[in-house]
Amino acid sequence: MFGLFKSGRSGQSGFHGGLTLPGHKLHGEAGRIRPAPLPDKVILPLSQHIGAPTRALVKVGERVLRGQLIADSDSFIAAPVHASISGTVVEIAPCAVPHASGLAAMAIVIESDHADEGLPTPDWPATEDPFSLDAQTLRERVRRAGLVGLGGAAFPSSVKLNPGSSANVNTLILNGIECEPYISCDAALMQEHADAVIAGAELIRRVLGAQECLIGLEDNAPEAAAALRQAINQADYGDIEIRVVPTRYPQGGEKQLIQALTGKEVPREGLPLDIGIVVHNVGTVAAIWRAIRYAQPLISRIVTVNGPGIRQPQNLEVRLGTPVAELIAHCGGYTQTPRLIMGGPMMGFALSSDAVPVVKATNCILVEVAQAEPADTTLPCIRCGECVDVCPANLLPQQLYWQARAKAFDKAQELDLFDCIECGCCAQVCPSNIPLVQYYRYAKTEIYQAEKEKRKADIARNRHEFRQQRLEAEAREKEEARRRKREALKQKKQTPAAAPASAKTTPANDAIAAAIAKAKAEKARRLAQEPASAASAQPDAISAAIAKAQAQKAQRLAADSGKADPAARTDQVAAAIAKARAARTASATAEAAADPVAPGAAAKRKADRASTTTDPVAAAIAKARAAKQAASASGDTAEAVAPAGPAAGKQDAVAAAIAQAKAARKPTPESASKPHAKTPDPVAAAIAKAKAAKAAREKPS
Amino acid sequence: MLRSSPHLPVEARVSRIMLRVCLALIPGILCYSWFFGWGVISNVLIAAGTALLAETLMLLWRKRPLKKHLLDGSALITGLLLGLSIPPYAPWWLLVFGASFALIFGKHLYGGLGYNPFNPAMLGFVVLLIAFPAEMSTWVNPQLELDSPRLSAYTQGRVGLTELDGLTAATPLDHVKTELSRQRTVDEARQSLPPGPIASYAWDWINLAFLLGGLWMLWNRTIRWQIPFGLLGGLGLCAGVFWLADADLHPGLLHHWFSGATMLGAFFIATDPVSASTTPRGRIYYGLGIGILIYLIRSFGGYPDAVAFAVLLMNICVPLIDHYTPTRTYGSGRGQH
Repeated sequence: MFGLFKSGRSGQSGFHGGLTLPGHKLHGEAGRIRPAPLPDKVILPLSQHIGAPTRALVKVGERVLRGQLIADSDSFIAAPVHASISGTVVEIAPCAVPHASGLAAMAIVIESDHADEGLPTPDWPATEDPFSLDAQTLRERVRRAGLVGLGGAAFPSSVKLNPGSSANVNTLILNGIECEPYISCDAALMQEHADAVIAGAELIRRVLGAQECLIGLEDNAPEAAAALRQAINQADYGDIEIRVVPTRYPQGGEKQLIQALTGKEVPREGLPLDIGIVVHNVGTVAAIWRAIRYAQPLISRIVTVNGPGIRQPQNLEVRLGTPVAELIAHCGGYTQTPRLIMGGPMMGFALSSDAVPVVKATNCILVEVAQAEPADTTLPCIRCGECVDVCPANLLPQQLYWQARAKAFDKAQELDLFDCIECGCCAQVCPSNIPLVQYYRYAKTEIYQAEKEKRKADIARNRHEFRQQRLEAEAREKEEARRRKREALKQKKQTPAAAPASAKTTPANDAIAAAIAKAKAEKARRLAQEPASAASAQPDAISAAIAKAQAQKAQRLAADSGKADPAARTDQVAAAIAKARAARTASATAEAAADPVAPGAAAKRKADRASTTTDPVAAAIAKARAAKQAASASGDTAEAVAPAGPAAGKQDAVAAAIAQAKAARKPTPESASKPHAKTPDPVAAAIAKAKAAKAAREKPS
Repeated sequence: MLRSSPHLPVEARVSRIMLRVCLALIPGILCYSWFFGWGVISNVLIAAGTALLAETLMLLWRKRPLKKHLLDGSALITGLLLGLSIPPYAPWWLLVFGASFALIFGKHLYGGLGYNPFNPAMLGFVVLLIAFPAEMSTWVNPQLELDSPRLSAYTQGRVGLTELDGLTAATPLDHVKTELSRQRTVDEARQSLPPGPIASYAWDWINLAFLLGGLWMLWNRTIRWQIPFGLLGGLGLCAGVFWLADADLHPGLLHHWFSGATMLGAFFIATDPVSASTTPRGRIYYGLGIGILIYLIRSFGGYPDAVAFAVLLMNICVPLIDHYTPTRTYGSGRGQH
């Protein structure tokens, strides 16, 4: 009975909340894909994806050909960049790039020679029958083609083709839903290149070992659905099913799409992979097919140029790096003073100028008409709760707003602030016109910032504590030395006949003293076995220094191996993910800008989650430390790397990071006895150290 | 400075919500004045006028944008609701005092629109009820011919309560309560009441008219179902249980639903979003709480009607309710929905 009254926005099938927005899509002839003219110059940012930025492989003045690799990275989560035209590299410098932050970023600028000359032979061969290739080769080629998720998230595709040995993928979902108004590049692609989409889907399904493949479409793209059905009928791949769902924003969000198609929810701190699902955008899938079948790297994409401020809205096949201004000119120019948005009106970001280039993630250039900033129409929140009804993450936006406004960030986190996907539904329905999403972004940024500072403070505190302990240990040693000296003197007084001896080392030739020394050495040996007892018997400063140097060297080696090992293993994924996570935590602030619906963002948020939930600080610190220690193998922090060495050697790099972090958390008094360790083997060194320390502790008593 | 997403134009619609509430009140006001005469209209006009004036003065004093806030309509609604809650033909000073108190102390001293923990209209009502109990429980007899000269003299404050002798009558709620306290049964008490189609003369029609407006607001999603259904459910549940236990001592469900301010309270007063619970589940509990409190105070308390007290008491509980009724975040906890 109550369900009856729940209708309207929240009672529909699929995901909670959401909005029905006016479509403004390009249909039929208006939406056909037209090639954009070749640009005079392209600006190719080094980082067009989620993950590590690439390094330029070309120099200013060098001539490059279309499809030539011009930037790459050693990092696993990264995508290389290819020249999208032939011409001359004229600049490698910070340029205006499309990014929510509006900051400039490194980019390679190529001036066209108007020849559009391709590579004589592609980097990898075109394949008549891509289905015959093994998964490893496919992933390798997908990576080399520079492929990233083309739906807007730009997560490197090769990573998503590698679910890992333990994962069990049941369902591949192709995201053909463009829930944002105005955007129709995917619909156009499905309509005109349905065969590439279907073939790519089958290829990916086989790589992942998924049983079924669902293609999600909204009912506002019937032509695309028809084209896909026809392509499926012509090909004999079987298990590919088209699911048309009612149009509702933000159905194109990965989590919402999964819920709409399968009824399942991705666990809060998990990935779709955790419930056996992998989602790829249809554009990505077609690009993967082209890369494998025809050996085409990612040098162009389809971009919708649309909006009330453009004269001839259309879908264009655009070379990456083409300045937006050239597209605008090709589309007949602006009708009025424009306001440019990259992406859709709900989640896109405003562009500062039309000089920025089209990048891999650019699905739409939305040309709004600039309007005078309206008078402040914002009213106080009247707690009406409309935002609660439309929230696809089923949060309490209104309460989040109050907490964010009050800077009660801990409370905001309790209300699952980080589950907010910033879809903007709440702000759209708010009767008081409150810019809710901006408050959430603000709160997230503040929390990232606070965590960063806390991490810094923790490191400083650890250093301080470590120093304190070292000083105490030194004081203890001095005290011990004095005590021995006193004892020696006492004995000297008692037996004046005895020969004088160095108080610091062996007591004397005196029989009693010799017996004591022998007993002590015996005890030490019993407790600490070889190296430790040797150490305790080695009072000589020079040899101690040598031992110290050796131990440090051993630790450096251990640290290096700890760093390099996992990357060299067959299971590179885990290592790469671990590294990316660590790196990401280190630069957490950048994340606020990233597209949260993105599949990559899910992974990212998983990392965040670890740093924000129940024991958020500890997790974050642990990660930061892991990252830091991996980077610097000297000084105090290197201490922890040695014991972690064996763990890092295992294939599970995450475990290694945790182990490192744990080790780092207790910089124990053992470190005081560091110099005594002698063995080059890091493990043995660590054990020896511990034992030596124990011996040292027990001796004075 | 670049604005961040979403970029679609958004219109502020608080005033539209408030306007709809005003429209939804019209059938109730018309029906009410059909039975009780012009006193209802004068009540409403004086209270609403005072509310708007007080709002204006407070906004000026607090240096807030006048037009934006006056047009949001919230002050108007506070005035309307207060005017409708106070017995018709009330002396002007009573309305002026109540409405200014509601706006100044109930709303602006807490920070204005959106910040008041209590329903301002009910706060004003309760202050009047405690300060002027006699005036606040004098209801003209809707069955008699209007004696306009005497009533207008009373409204203008020229004569006191004593001049209204013979024009007044107890409300059904009051009547039944009094009769029950005299060891009469419910049936006996009801027999001495003027009959109506559902419960009793005039009041069941008035409640039906407010119910109509409320259903219209439900239909166009101005309000949500949880609070009214919770309230009527809580009230009905209590009334039903006690009625089943002893029908002689406890009037039934219809008597409670269609008497006094039940429907006005369920659809117009308890649904004030600012002072109500905001979570979907919380709203049900909030409504239930009000319904149960209305029943308890009506049956066992010292007042014949209890909507104002029940609403204010539950306003106090709102932070608690909100805290314990969070939504289930996507991907967390028990499986589906």
